Amino acid sequence: MGLAVPRFWREIPYRYNLIGSRCKVCNRIFFPPREVCPYCRRKSLGKMEEMKLKGKGRLITYTIIYTPPSNFENQVPYAVGIVELDEGPRITSQIVDCDPEKLKIGMRVEAVFRKIQEDGDTGAIYYGYKFRPVGEDEDKGETG
Amino acid sequence: MMNIGIVSYGAYIPMNRIRIEEIAETWGRNPDDIKKGLNVFEKTVPSPDEDTATISVTASRYALSRVNIDPKDIGAIFIGSESHPYAVKPTSTIVGEAISAVPELMAADYEFACKAGTAAIQNCMALVRSGMIRYGLAIGADTAQSAPGDALEYTASAGGAAFIIGKEKVIARINCTCSFATDTPDFWRREARKYPKHGGRFTGAPAYFRHIIGAAKLLMEKMKTKPEDYDYAIFHQPNGKFPVTVGKRLGFDRKQLEQGLLTPYIGNTYSGSSPLGLCSVLDVAKPGDRILMVSYGSGAGSDAFDITVTDEIENFDRDKAPTVRELMERKRYISYAIYAKYRNLLYWE
Repeated sequence: MGLAVPRFWREIPYRYNLIGSRCKVCNRIFFPPREVCPYCRRKSLGKMEEMKLKGKGRLITYTIIYTPPSNFENQVPYAVGIVELDEGPRITSQIVDCDPEKLKIGMRVEAVFRKIQEDGDTGAIYYGYKFRPVGEDEDKGETG
Repeated sequence: MMNIGIVSYGAYIPMNRIRIEEIAETWGRNPDDIKKGLNVFEKTVPSPDEDTATISVTASRYALSRVNIDPKDIGAIFIGSESHPYAVKPTSTIVGEAISAVPELMAADYEFACKAGTAAIQNCMALVRSGMIRYGLAIGADTAQSAPGDALEYTASAGGAAFIIGKEKVIARINCTCSFATDTPDFWRREARKYPKHGGRFTGAPAYFRHIIGAAKLLMEKMKTKPEDYDYAIFHQPNGKFPVTVGKRLGFDRKQLEQGLLTPYIGNTYSGSSPLGLCSVLDVAKPGDRILMVSYGSGAGSDAFDITVTDEIENFDRDKAPTVRELMERKRYISYAIYAKYRNLLYWE
């Protein structure tokens, strides 16, 4: 079961470029972007601005998937985690380029551009962010 | 003379590696014969979630992270590859969107076996020179296919490089480029076929050697240069042996080739091959260094480039993105079984 193509297309800015939003009243940052700040509510109307997140953060928690949904069989075992971005928002993402057994809560991660899903051999291919652990010495380059 | 050339560059290779031993033992071959015959020891393997689009995006983002360029000023994105994820639907628009260069953008995918990436550089140069665009993004990237058990399986790998071409703050001026092309059926893949076919030894003398030597000689005649005028030379690297042999035949020594010769440890990245070699040279190059690069694409043709590194490279933030050597060190080895799974060699329903 894949995503509907139009739905995916609408989400391209967020999935490709981590576009979130910032409330200019309280400075809170949201991902995915919100039209209204849930804290400032009506005061935030017209005061939400789009913002590109840098794609750097740390791993808050994770789980290792051994029983995958269809089309993910060739990646097992793989990790899915919650990442707290340096700007604040927490997002759920696959954690790649790692041995899942060696992941550590709190480790630095950065966004990478990967294939998220595809509708079998004949359907559309959906791309977007995943995260990978980074060593302190290699925390460079904007890949998110 | 207008200074047109490379304003920035970025490289990417996947972190998975498979050793020649793994592949040779699977097919009952002697790994030492193959390593010696091809001068290749290991190759990169893309993860199941990596393809030419993801490699191109990563290399392009690395290129952009080294300079302060508004992606909206990139007027063209051309991607050369023989493994575009879709047969119909461009990779270049995916990259354009992922680096925020859309929508005022010329975007096209190129195909010419392993030389489509250097064709992209030439076209970006022409558009910059004519004033039609300010910057062009030229990419060569592949996740090369090889049939299980075929000789290509020891080398066909994945990787890519992206170059921002422009005329402002040029770090490496392209003094001249020229091409050499003929109809030579040494290697091909028919429509809707998964794996390519090749002419075995026919891929050597009438194909690789004739075209590389033809283009290199043409370029050196035009520029009135000799092999010793160049600090570095990069030739397309289908294996670790051909580029050394062609270099020797043209009069280049091993020292000029070393920095750009990557195939022994990453395999043949096809459209990424000579472009990644150029990235590796730019990682260490100093002002005034002169570089000769000659690509090769089966079918067949070569593009040759005469490049001079400028003083601007001193102000260039090379450290903002990983070097080719750093990417080569980032690795994990996989077995043939995992390779077969990742490269979709297994079939199940």
